[in-house]
This record gives sequence, structure tokens and C-alpha cells, in this order.
Amino acid sequence: MNNGQIILEIKNLHAGIEGKKILKGLNLTIKAGEVHAIMGPNGSGKSTLSAVLAGKSEYEVIEGEVIYMGKNLLEMAPEERAKEGVFLAFQYPVEIPGVNCAYFLKSALNEVRKYRGLSELDAIEFLNLAKEKMKLLELPEDFLKRSVNEGFSGGEKKKNEIFQMIILEPTLAILDETDSGLDIDALRIVSEGINQMRKPDKAQLVITHYQRLLNYIVPDFVHVLANGQIIKSGGKELALELEEHGYDWLTNGKG
Amino acid sequence: MSDKNDIIESLVKKEYKYGFYTDVETETVPPGLNEDIIRLISHKKQEPEWLLEWRLKAYHQWITMKIPTWAKVKYQPIDFQSIVYYAAPKTRKAGPKSLEEVDPKLLETYEKLGIPLKEQERLAGVAVDAVFDSVSVATTFKEKLAEKGIIFCAFSEAVREYPELVKKYLGSVVPYTDNFYAALNTAVFSDGSFCYIPKGVRCPMELSTYFRINASSTGQFERTLIIADEGAYVSYLEGCTAPMRDENQLHAAVVELVALENAEIKYSTVQNWYPGDELGRGGIYNFVTKRGICKGKNSKISWTQVETGSAITWKYPSVILQGDNSIGEFYSVAVTNNYQQADTGTKMIHIGKNTRSTIVSKGISAGHGQNSYRGLVKVAKSAINARNFSQCDSLLIGNKCGAHTFPYIEVRTPTANVEHEATTSKIGEDQIFYCNQRGVSTQDAINMIVNGFCKEVFRELPMEFAVEAQKLLGVSLEGSVG
Repeated sequence: MNNGQIILEIKNLHAGIEGKKILKGLNLTIKAGEVHAIMGPNGSGKSTLSAVLAGKSEYEVIEGEVIYMGKNLLEMAPEERAKEGVFLAFQYPVEIPGVNCAYFLKSALNEVRKYRGLSELDAIEFLNLAKEKMKLLELPEDFLKRSVNEGFSGGEKKKNEIFQMIILEPTLAILDETDSGLDIDALRIVSEGINQMRKPDKAQLVITHYQRLLNYIVPDFVHVLANGQIIKSGGKELALELEEHGYDWLTNGKG
Repeated sequence: MSDKNDIIESLVKKEYKYGFYTDVETETVPPGLNEDIIRLISHKKQEPEWLLEWRLKAYHQWITMKIPTWAKVKYQPIDFQSIVYYAAPKTRKAGPKSLEEVDPKLLETYEKLGIPLKEQERLAGVAVDAVFDSVSVATTFKEKLAEKGIIFCAFSEAVREYPELVKKYLGSVVPYTDNFYAALNTAVFSDGSFCYIPKGVRCPMELSTYFRINASSTGQFERTLIIADEGAYVSYLEGCTAPMRDENQLHAAVVELVALENAEIKYSTVQNWYPGDELGRGGIYNFVTKRGICKGKNSKISWTQVETGSAITWKYPSVILQGDNSIGEFYSVAVTNNYQQADTGTKMIHIGKNTRSTIVSKGISAGHGQNSYRGLVKVAKSAINARNFSQCDSLLIGNKCGAHTFPYIEVRTPTANVEHEATTSKIGEDQIFYCNQRGVSTQDAINMIVNGFCKEVFRELPMEFAVEAQKLLGVSLEGSVG
């Protein structure tokens, strides 16, 4: 895959939950090597977009299509999307008591590897890989032995998301409000992790409410989502304008 | 919205793997229970007079007793006069002598169940007593065990060969007056396993009994008695299956364990009786009395159970901690899916000084399953410095199942220390979606979460059993989400 190949194409997407329409004709094209940021006020549809892309069953697609790597993403089950290389870093990662991080992530990695026709990693191979990547995120030694997200601090939960992303090496990473709940040190570490995954054959969709994350993860494109549509797109400087003027500056005019 | 519930509801459509029936000629007694039937059973087994008398006493006690109704389970009344109390494959006269004499059909049955009885094919280190309907059909590795003085044989054989031991301990832990089903069992029990580990002997292999109900309309009433003499150690496993039938069949067993000074008995069960179909038709009523006594100082009895089968499970493997410093343990995983009901737990009766008990109960409910933990921790005045720790966790899968906890604590000494912890959690859509998003299928996600939940109990099982139990759990919950 080269720079410029289309990874994700969202066309006229209308979607909602419990009968309420939230996305109202969203269009977005993401190519290999690109980092896109989606910004927008609360309730604009940011989380709905990430949920629909990941395949959360409560969300309903009313109209439009989503093509991922030439395939109809919306027809795939959530685990199939994951195995195809779509990764969602959750805004609120759930706790899974009793299942330790090593077991969980090894299972996930081997599912993905099997799907891609690669050999499964055994426990030792996995541990070697995991330990190496853990250093990047400054995760503590006992991390792999702890239950997934159980009793984790906000920062640890987000680090765990990024850690999983680095291990699973997705083609398209969707980062949903990854900066929320992070202090400045954690934000730096998490951002470094994300930047590590910035590669010519991969793409990232960064969803955030605040501009501050974009100081660390510099996007190629910034889109403003309001009322279920992208109302403005631009380069990284658009984020700074939003920081200065607020979302009202764009949304007011729309009535 | 309703999708959400559907997803969490439909993962249990897997057929019960052990539901086949073996076509062997069976000798049965007429249905119903009266003195004549008991005399007939006793006669068939060529029992001594004292045993017949004991049975008859139990029978007379039983007819005065009422069916216990305190358990949180619902079922149609059982017609005890329609049950066949004795059924045996018609191939032999006085108990199995060698495997060559066992009907090949029976060997095949156990083979199919994954329990090959030919010694060379067995997992090294597990001796098996195979109980088919009312009789023991084969016991493996008997000679090898005999070298160490260990007795491991069919109960009826023990009555003939070791009457003193049987007489001394039979009914000493669970008297026939104990409860309705124990009295019934005493009156009609047909076979089971007997095990005696002599002083100072550590049993070199796992002993195991595999129970199979085959004939229809029959009940299975086996009796197990295990005695660990001073300083002895034994690990004992019990497994069970039954054919799929629309009728409910009664299984009312009694298990008694006796641990003398410094002895240890580890008793593990993987209970996989036919649970009934997804609409709750058929299945085994598993009404069992299991109790051990830590008779001597520093003795230890540990119960580990994985209960995945049966339409109804009613059992409370208990320990009487009589010897000073003795230890009782109960580790349990109980799964109820579809319309299964389980009311299970333990009793820890502290009598000796410094006695300790641990209870870890994990209840998993899916479908319309109802799962209750019922436990009693009783500390007598004499049990100075007794300690108990209980942990009861419930895991719910879906919205139509239930989990209930009934802990009873009676403490008569201020020096005791009793702790109880309980949690209830639910496998949420969000957890499953999280796993899906990482490439893990819904079924694997459930297995992962359930196995994580049961880890503390599985750890207590012997290795091969632990693997088996994990798989079984996966099958039992298949279709509970999806």
C-alpha cells in the first residue's frame, strides 16, 4: 500500500440511535499515511461516528455507505472489522474483571494474526513483544498480570488502549477522545505512542473536543463536525482557529 | 434496543454431547418403593443381614419424612412410586472381575464418553470405577493400588470383602435420618465407590468414579465412602453424564468422607448430568448429600465442584471440622443456563479448636437459569479461634436469569473470625463489544470472561480436570449470547 491509497471513504452517512438521527449526511475520505482530526462540540455526533465505524449494534445506519479498503464496512461484524484492521481506542474502556491483560491481548493478537494468515504467537513470543512495547508507554511491570482495565486510573486505561493499538498494528486507528482524563505527562506518553503508529500504510482518525491533543499529534487535516455533518475542513491551523474562536464561530452562522 | 437483549440471550444451542443411549439388556426391578423392593435389591446384591436391616430402618424413616421445600427451586412433584430403583446391565453375576468380562458395549460407552477403561489407554495416574445405572461395571488399576494397601472398588464389593470397614464408617457422616433424600438413598442405594487409604499412604494416582445413568425411568442412588486413615492423602474425582430424555430422572447420591489425624482428602466433581433442553424439558434432578468429617487433628477435606449439568441441582458438600486445627474447603462453580436451577453451597461446622474453613462460590446464570448459593458457617462454643472466609460471586449473562445468595452464620464463641464477601456482576454488552472490537468473537469473549470469573476454583482442580471443566463451561454457555 502506498501513500495516497484510499483507506476509508464515508459517503452521505446518516445514522442514529434509538430512533434519534445523529449523523446527517457525513462525508469523509481518509488516505494511507494521513492523520485526520475530527473536532466538534458536545452532541455533534463524534462518538456516534466512532461507534458506527466500529459496528456497535445499538447504532443504526439509515443511509449512506462506508467503504474500507474497498470493502463494505457496514456489512462486517465488529470482530471482522477488527481483524480487517479497524481499531477503536475507546473513550471509556470497560473493565473485564478476572481476565488479565496478557491473556486478553494475546487472544486478540492471535485472532488478528490468524485472520491475516500469520502464525499465532506462543506465550513467550507474546511476552517478549509485549514487554518491549510496554516500555514505550511506561507501563509498570505487573501490568500484564492485572485484569483488563480493572481498577486502572484514567491515564492507565488510555495507555492500555494505545498499548493494544501498538500491538495489534491496525490499518485504521480511530481514537475517540483519547486525551480526556489525561494529565500532561500521560498525554505526552500516549501521544508518543500514537505518533509511533503514524506510518505510510496506515491512517488515523483522531476525535477530540479540545485542541490540546493536536499539539502532540499534528493532523494533516482537521474537520469540524456539527449537527451531524462536517461543516468545515482545513489543515492543522483550523484547530488553532477553533481554539481561539470556539465552535460558535462556525455554528452560529448556520442557524 | 431489543437487539441488545437478543444478543445476550441466544448463545446456548449446542447439543448435549453425552445424550446417547446404550442398548444393553437391562435387568430392572418393578417401579415403586416398598419393603419388598428393598429386600429384592439387597438380595440381588447378596448383602449381609445388617445392611438390609439398615436399609429397612431408613425406609421406615423415609416414609415419615417430607420433601424439603426450603430450596429456591421449582419443579413438578416427583412420583416416587413410578421410579425404578434398580437397573443393571445383564451381563454378569457378582461384580466385575476383569475387564475381559465386561460387556464390550459398556466399554464402548465409556470410550465414547472419553473414559476408556482399558488401563493401557488410560491417562496414566487415574484409576477409574465405572458405575453404569445401579452397578459398578469396572474398576481399573485395582492391583496396582492394592500394592500400597489402597482399597478402591465397587461399593457392593466392599460390603463383601471389607465388611468391618464398611460397617464402621457407613452412615457415620450422613446418617439416614439426615434428610429426605439421604434416607431414600440409604433404603435403595445400589452401588458406588469405596475407597480406603491406609495409614501414612499417599495415593499415587487420582481415583475417579464415572457415573452414567442409561436406563429410562430409573433413578440412580449411589453411595460413595472414602476413608483416609492417619496421615493418608487421596485426590478423588467424580464425573457424570446421562442420555437426553424428555422425562426427569432422579439422582440422589450420598457421599461420605472421613479424614483421620493428619489425613487429607481432596474431592473434585465435574457434574454434567443431562440438563434438559432449551425449553426446560427433561433433565436430571440432582439431589445429593455430600459430607465429610475431619475427625482427626490437622486433617483436611477440600471439595471442588463444577456443576454444569442437571435440570435441578440441590447439594451442599459440607465439612464437619471436629479435629483441632482441621481445615475445610469448598470451591464451587455452578452454571445454570436455559431453565436450569441450582441451589447449592456448603456447610462448615466448626467444632475443634483453630479450625479453618474457606468457601469460594462462583455462580453463573444465563438464559432463564436460577442460581442460588446457600451456605452455613456454624462455629460451636468449643471451636476456639475458628476462622472462616466466604466469598460468593455471581455472574449474570442476560436479563432473564437470577442469582441469589443465602448465607447463614451461627457463631457461639467470641474468639471466632468469620468473613463473608459477595459480589454480583453481569457480562455486559459493552464488555462483549470491547472484545469484539479487538477481534475476539462473542463466544470466545464469554468464555474468556467466565473462565476469568471461575479462575480461583479451576485452580483447585487436578490438571486434566481443569482443562475439561473449562471446555465444559464453554459448551454449557454456548448460545447464551450471540
